[in-house]
Order: sequence, then structure tokens, then C-alpha cells
Amino acid sequence: MTSAPTNDIEFRSVTKRYGAVTAVSDINLSVPKGAFVALLGPSGCGKTTCLRMIGGFEQPSEGEVLIAGKVANGVPAYRRPVNMVFQHYALFPHFDVERNVAYGLRQLRPKLPAAEIARRVGEALEMVRLTGFAGRRIHEMSGGQQQRVALARALVNKPSVLLLDEPLAALDKKLRTAMQIELQTLQRDLGITFVLVTHDQEEALSMSDLVCVMSAGRIRQLATPQEVYDRPADLFVADFVGKTNRFAGTLEAGGTVRLGNGAALPAARADLAPGAVTVALRPEAIRLSRGTAGATTLEGTVTHRIFLGSAAEYSVAVDGLGDLLVTAERHSQSQNDLVAPGERVAISFDPGQTHIFPA
Amino acid sequence: MPLTMTTKRRLVTAALLAPASAWLFVFLVLPFIAMVVFSVGERGPAGGYQAAFTFAQYANLPARSAAYWNTLMLAPAGAFLCLLVAYPTAYYLAVKASPRHRLLLVSLVVVPFWTSLLVRTYAWMYILGSRGIPNLLDMIGIADVRLLNTPGAVLLGIVYGYLPLMIMPIYVSLEKLDRRLLEASADLGAKPLSTFFSVTLPLSLPGVMTGVALVTILLLGEYLIPQLLGGGKVFFIGNALVDLFLQSRNWPFGSAIAVTLVAIVVVVLMVAMRIAWRISGTRQVDLV
Repeated sequence: MTSAPTNDIEFRSVTKRYGAVTAVSDINLSVPKGAFVALLGPSGCGKTTCLRMIGGFEQPSEGEVLIAGKVANGVPAYRRPVNMVFQHYALFPHFDVERNVAYGLRQLRPKLPAAEIARRVGEALEMVRLTGFAGRRIHEMSGGQQQRVALARALVNKPSVLLLDEPLAALDKKLRTAMQIELQTLQRDLGITFVLVTHDQEEALSMSDLVCVMSAGRIRQLATPQEVYDRPADLFVADFVGKTNRFAGTLEAGGTVRLGNGAALPAARADLAPGAVTVALRPEAIRLSRGTAGATTLEGTVTHRIFLGSAAEYSVAVDGLGDLLVTAERHSQSQNDLVAPGERVAISFDPGQTHIFPA
Repeated sequence: MPLTMTTKRRLVTAALLAPASAWLFVFLVLPFIAMVVFSVGERGPAGGYQAAFTFAQYANLPARSAAYWNTLMLAPAGAFLCLLVAYPTAYYLAVKASPRHRLLLVSLVVVPFWTSLLVRTYAWMYILGSRGIPNLLDMIGIADVRLLNTPGAVLLGIVYGYLPLMIMPIYVSLEKLDRRLLEASADLGAKPLSTFFSVTLPLSLPGVMTGVALVTILLLGEYLIPQLLGGGKVFFIGNALVDLFLQSRNWPFGSAIAVTLVAIVVVVLMVAMRIAWRISGTRQVDLV
């Protein structure tokens, strides 16, 4: 059952155990050629282990890892057509920038001519906008510059897959945003498959074509960023990606969800058996209006307001339900746009925007 | 009058350094000055020192050229042999040994220090002496092998006695080597041997330099091992000094030899540090 390698990376029932601990459990994953995939999850979810199995630093306990259609189990890291940007970069402190970037090229046999190495190192440095830094020592470079050196050192080898292990974690917010755009542009220009490991959902959503949400060694959802956000596969994904309000309820026969305070919602899913469920709702799907409810049955009191400039975040104590987080865009600059703590509000939302999961 | 910050800081510095400075002044600087003074003096009629100003003692140094020759050949050679044995050992301890056994294995390196070097070297005297290995060889028909009182015996004693001092600094520098650098090297296509020579070895050089400098400098003043295993045939400067000061009571000549030895140690140390600085690219003193 072999096909043309349209997948650069493939995991077939991969399990990785360390002694009694199972880090990765029966994972199946296909990364299409030229895709930008983010492995997203909390620390300890197995995402880094997956990356290290692609890089060749760990071997799966069970199952197969395929790179460009070939089984890579047992192939040492130095024979794999992938390169990695390490967390904290792992640049060689005893070499200058040029020697760091040239490192991979110098390993090639037959040897590349020195002029060819110099030309390609120059190109790589230009690509990450570090021309003129070739003679610098690593400890003379800022964090952002070191990040670029690490990128150039990996990309100079023209790998078929680039692995990025929390590459932006050590950078400040502004630099991180700039690097996100830069990485995305690089990936599109080069057409190389990028596999990014991150615990930062914003980073995963903003950069990648595919997000693979992981927890406890398993894949919870593999989908486009929009899909993951709008249609989370389970409660974990809904909670981990973006902010979510959750309330307990009971799904009744006939497709109504009865909430704790007696309010009824039409169920957005028909495939669930009646019983206890959890309803999830994004803060921005909720509208607040002053005064008491008309058609809606939820009312509450604003307890907190966080002003964000273009929007405001409210904490609303909903009668009989508990606290609800609401994000409201501002449409004008009038003071009237903002609800003050202490005000009574009616809460409305489109039931189609709720997500219902078995409790 | 309130003290300014800089004055305060200076006082603290002075207080911290005072005990060591006083110790070094009384027991190192003063004796050294005395030695320099002695070295330009003359031997008294009944031995000892008689005031004078002459470089005759220094002119006489070639009389002890054998001691210099032995010391300056065997000390670096011994240090180099130590290095050859110590590096693989340290590498195994730091990189290959499982973390569970590492502490035990590293402690074993230091265990020999629990017994005096004198006792252990005496043991070697018997092992190498006529009732030891040569006796066993004689029993299987290889007669008249002489091991004791040869340069080889002295080198063996040196490696045996100084190995832990070489292993430890190399172990420390290998142990703190960032494993991700090795992974990065492999990731970039370097085979294990290439990774060793491009990353591991250069980054452990500070430890190697420390070990080599430490062992060489200590060996330049070695007395015990040549005395017991060289048996008066392979003697170091240390043995010559004991002879001159305690036997023939020629203090000025002994002083001249000692001062010259100190000068050699200083030069060796300076050259070693220059090399270490050049390789590591910093002026950071990395004596582990």
C-alpha cells in the first residue's frame, strides 16, 4: 500500500514509552508536503517527543515514522533530510556566525568547494537579514539575532522538513510577532514543510495551515486553525484554544439543553444521547444589552470590566449559572458603548454558536 | 563622616582578601624573597648560607642538568600520558555512564586519595621490584627484567598517582557540555566522530588545559615518586633540592635551582593560559 510521497511526514500508530511512562500514545498523523503544521498542547503532552522522533533524537517504541515516504525508524539524526531549530537555539558557542551556518554544509561528502560554502552561507544570512554579522561570535548576538542564526543554520542545508521547537518562546512579544510573520513568509517562499511545536495557541493559530492539538500523548484534533477554533472536537480543545465559557446542563430528549438555572437552549448537535452535557460558548459570541431580558432568559450583573482599547472584557455573574466571560467589540467611542460594573444586563447569543460535549 | 559606596566596597574587598593575602605573604612571598637572596650568596664553610652577591650558583646550574632534563621531560610526558588515560575515562563518566551509576563511579575516581600517596607508591615499589612482576616473569622463563628505577617506572607512578587530578576537570567540562549542541551537530549531518572533533573536544578543552596545567605544575616539584620508583637513578629537581638542602647543606645552590624552577613554572603557566584563551576566545578563567 505505497503511494507517491505526498506526505512529508507520516506517523503510523506511533507510541513512545520512557520506562513506565507513555509520552506518546498510538499517534497517526500525516503532514502534507509544503504544509505549516503546529503541534499544540500543554507541556508534557508529547508534542516535543513527536518532533524529536522526526528529528531522529528519539526512536518510537512502537509504530513507524515516515519521512518523505520512507520509514525512518532506526535512521540516525545525521542521515535524515530534516533540520531543526532548537529551543534556545543550541548554537555552537566556539564558532562565529559564519561557522555556525556553514556547519551543515561542511559535513557534506564529497566536500563542497569553499567558495560554494561561502556563497550559500551568504545567501542564508541574507535570507534572515543578518548580512554583515558573519564574523560575530554567538554571545555577541541578541536573542532575536541568535534565533535568525539558528534559522539560517537549519535552512542552509535545504531540508525537506524544518522542525521548530518552541522557536519564539524566548523572545519578547513585539519581536515574537515580527518573527511569526517572517517565519510564515519564509515558509511560503521556500515551500519547505514546517513542523512547529508550541504551547502558545495564538502562535499556532496565526502561523500554521494545520493545527494538531495534543494532550496526554494523544491527538485531540487535527484541523485548520479556523476549524479548531470554531468547531473544537472536544472540551479540551475548546478550553485550550482560545477562551471558553462552560456550563453544565442536561440534554433532554427532543433536543433541548436545560441549563442549571432552568433556561432552555436548542441543542446544536443531534448526535448526542440525552444526559449530562457541558455547553461551551466563546466570550465573543455573547452580546450584552442593558436592562432586563426580552426573548432571552439569561440575565446577570456585570462584576468586572477590563478595558482593552478596541474591545472590553466583562465578567458577568449570571443569575443561577455563575460567572460568564464576555468580550464585546466597541463600535464607537461613546462612553455609552461600555457597560459599567454593577449594571444589570441581558445576555443573548446565537444557540448555533454553542458547542455541546458529553460531560 | 559617612563612608562612600566605593570606600565601603574597597573595605569589604580588603577584609575578604586579608587572611589569604597575609598567609601567602608570610609563607610564600617572604620565603621566596629569602630564596632569591640565598641564591646569590655563597655556601658557608660548614654549609648553610653566607652573605655575598654572586651569580656563581646560577652559572653552576648545568651541574644538575640531569635533574632538569628528567623533570622537564618526564613531567610533561607524565601529564600527557595521564591525559590519554583520563580523557576516555572522563568521557565515559560524563557522557556514557547511566546517571544512576555516575555518582558512584565518580566517587571511585577519588577513592585512592583516601590512602596516602606514599603508601600506594611503596606498594608499586614491591610490585615492580625484584620480588614482584620480574619475579613472576622469571618463573615463566623471562629472566633479568628490570622495571624499578627506570623512567618507565616513574611514568607509571605518575599516571597512577595523578590520574584523578586529570580526570576531574575534564569530567566537569564534559559534564556541563550542553547535550543539545551534540544533537544540533547530528541534526546538521555530522557523524559521531565528526561531532566529537568539532564540538565535544573543543568545548572540553578548558578542562583539558586545567588538568594538564595542574598535573604538570605539580609534577615539576615532584619528589616522592622519583625517589621511590626512580631510586636515585631517575631523579627530579625535587630530589636534587632535598639532597642539596639536607645532605650537602649547599643552601645557595639549592636556592638557585629552586628559583629557576619557579621561573620555569611561571613561564609554563603563562603559555598554557595564552593557549587556553586563544582557543576559548575569552579571557574567562575556567579552572572548573
